[in-house]
Amino acid sequence: MSGIRAYGAYIPATRLPLSLIQGRPAKEGGPEKAVAYDDEDSVTMAVAAAIDCLTGIDRSEVDGVMFASTTYPLKEKQGAAVIAKALDLRRDVLTTDFSGSLRCGTSAIEAGANAVAAGTAKNVLVVASDCRMGAPRGALEAKLGDAAAAVLLSADDVIAKLDGSHAISDELQDMWRVEGETFTHAWEDRFIVQEGYTPNMIAAVKGLLEKTGRAASDYAKAAMVAPDARSMGGVVKKVGLEGAQVQDPLFGRLGHCGAAFAPLLLVAALEDARGGDRVLAAGSGDGAHALSFEVTDAIGSLPPRRGVKGHLDRRRPLPSYDTYLKARNLDPKEWAAGADLGLSATIRFRERDTDIGLVGARCTSCGQIHLPRTRVCYKCHAKDQWEPARLSDKQGKVLSYTFDFFFPTAQPPTIMIMTEVEGARVQVQLANAKPDEVKLDMPVEYVFRKIHNAGGKANYFWKASPLPAGA
Amino acid sequence: MSGNIRDKVAVVGVGACKFGENWTSSREDMIVDAAYEAYEDAGIENPQEQIEAVFCGAVYPREGTAEIAEALKIFGKPISIVSDYCQTGTDAFRFGALAVASGMYDTVLVVGFDKPKDRGVSGPSVNFDRVRGLPSTPAGWFSLCAARYFETYGAGREDLAKIAVKNHHNGTLAPKSMLKREITVDDVLKARLISWPFGLYDCAAQSDGAAACILTKADGAKSFRDDPVLVKAVTIAVSEHPQRDPDFDFLGWKPTQYAAKDAYRQAGISDPFKELDVIQLHDCFTLTEMLTYEDLGLIDKGSAKEHIASGTFELDGELPINTDGGLKTFGHPTGATGVRMVYENTLQLQGRAEGRQVKNATMALSHNIGGPPTTCGIAILGMP
Repeated sequence: MSGIRAYGAYIPATRLPLSLIQGRPAKEGGPEKAVAYDDEDSVTMAVAAAIDCLTGIDRSEVDGVMFASTTYPLKEKQGAAVIAKALDLRRDVLTTDFSGSLRCGTSAIEAGANAVAAGTAKNVLVVASDCRMGAPRGALEAKLGDAAAAVLLSADDVIAKLDGSHAISDELQDMWRVEGETFTHAWEDRFIVQEGYTPNMIAAVKGLLEKTGRAASDYAKAAMVAPDARSMGGVVKKVGLEGAQVQDPLFGRLGHCGAAFAPLLLVAALEDARGGDRVLAAGSGDGAHALSFEVTDAIGSLPPRRGVKGHLDRRRPLPSYDTYLKARNLDPKEWAAGADLGLSATIRFRERDTDIGLVGARCTSCGQIHLPRTRVCYKCHAKDQWEPARLSDKQGKVLSYTFDFFFPTAQPPTIMIMTEVEGARVQVQLANAKPDEVKLDMPVEYVFRKIHNAGGKANYFWKASPLPAGA
Repeated sequence: MSGNIRDKVAVVGVGACKFGENWTSSREDMIVDAAYEAYEDAGIENPQEQIEAVFCGAVYPREGTAEIAEALKIFGKPISIVSDYCQTGTDAFRFGALAVASGMYDTVLVVGFDKPKDRGVSGPSVNFDRVRGLPSTPAGWFSLCAARYFETYGAGREDLAKIAVKNHHNGTLAPKSMLKREITVDDVLKARLISWPFGLYDCAAQSDGAAACILTKADGAKSFRDDPVLVKAVTIAVSEHPQRDPDFDFLGWKPTQYAAKDAYRQAGISDPFKELDVIQLHDCFTLTEMLTYEDLGLIDKGSAKEHIASGTFELDGELPINTDGGLKTFGHPTGATGVRMVYENTLQLQGRAEGRQVKNATMALSHNIGGPPTTCGIAILGMP
């Protein structure tokens, strides 16, 4: 037996009001999509969702990370390993990437659950994250969104048991992106829905019901992905579900977030679930894949987290379509990238605990923490008496700030702050804030972000962020 | 520390090239202009014989010491280069003074130079070779004291603006400055922002420049000229990194506080505001000048605002500061700046500063602070 022990989600606060794409002003409450900002990508979003998922859990318990994404920026080099380092997980963690299909989020959940059921791992963290790119002003741009979701799969203390699954594989060129391309392509709308999405989804859900011997009415919620509301309507009727059972697919708020879509809707369903409920989750892409969960009473004692709801509520709409293009690196640049080799891989390796893990050093002689690590303590001058001190999960406060108009970014200025965290001084950029929102001594948390693309590669470090309202 | 260089070494010649965007002159041109003016000032007619060693300051030297040797055609002599952020020029001066004081050499040349305007960019380069501490610009580093200082002492951008206005005015009176234009507080406040609270006019310009001086043993100084200026103190200090120091308070900079203490000890100064007559201090940004008034111990902590309002540090005030317009109007060719300040202070002490002359100046201080900031150099010159 295996199932979900904890869940988490991340939806970027940045939103593109869809009316801006057509050059019309944004209306409050109008349709929008979630957009990874210029310091975010599928990896940073995955880290944020994983942190949300691991709320209240000792990270040393995690012994596997499965990262599902169709938009991980590198072709060769693993994403799960970056995520494990950013989470400051054990070194002997099994990391695996899942990719290729928009269905790889549910595939990873099933693989993780199987590893737990087989007894080869006790706690497997599955993170699905996608940052989807439609060509500017193209048909897909308004439909695709960015988000991440995470579940921790375990044998014990589960809040939702996985009690069935059914997958369909199909070969149909509905959506694709070849190597070197930035934008997703799609074949004709009606064809891919009528011949691809609809029959595959129906087959996966019906197959699951047959296998488990249940009726559609046994499920409190069905978290199913769909390209749009109309296509979903066709599936809902055919598999025997009622409208009230369908988990809100967040059309006009989030957008189709690829590999993360089904896991994210599953998380949304679990947020409202009670012990005894049954929840169905189904993803689609190169076929379809349905998973069945039975919620346990343990869900009542899951510590509070931000989840889908918390992240949906935190919105920072973009002021213009032009800003969106800049944030997506889709605007022409005056200067060529040049012969930019990027960061020294040697230095990055040496400093990976500091830069990727935000792990400082605590002096075991006087207790002072430093980041970056240093050899001789500032305070007591003891030499080489250090133990690691993870700062990424601690709250800091703003000691000072400046607004830098020089650093190239989608929306200057860059807010640079000095923070104090656990007595250590850490200089970082501030995300999720405008200059007039910065106040001395305000509390901040740390978020994993992309600092730049030097060398054509995403280079990650941490930023600070104001706490969300009510946190 | 107990050593003291006071009255052992004399400045007998100073020179500087015109500072500015020197598109048509090379590093060699600037080095030669500055050094030969200093030779002439000291009455040195045969530098190859009379100069025994050369101490240089440059943050971006291209070809090491060969560049200076080739420019000045001084061969077979010791030449060294110092490179330490913005106090590089003062440190080159310090090594030159120590070398003479040690008795190793009778007469040495100090040259500071840099030429950032050959890079093809306006302002600082944008740094991408790391992920921590970005954006990384001097404006960003120095501005980190602003928010806390403003909140604690009630100062603001208007107070900083008056410093820029003062230095722009002084710069109009210095023949070798780059910017010769009066500005208003309104100009400063309305200029585009670089790194809050610094607008364009709160920042020192970038420029090319070189400055030089001739140092010799005090007891032989009169053979060069009859009004030699004596080195009263020269020191540098390296402080904790303000972005890492767990005790940094964002109200003042430790490198200046450390260096000032040692400089005053060497010079025997107990009340710097009264005993100093003229000061060139490191106004890389207006806030740097403001906090340095306090870090040098000239006035009480938090009182800079009142002194700015009352004009204490203006050309006709009680203690004129940056009489030539400072980094604000000369720009900041890093290696040159500290030596340019020695040039200005020497002219002031010898009564040769023309329209910007401070009356009866007998004790002058120059100051550089650099890095994030972590280093400070101070030189005090005086009449015998």
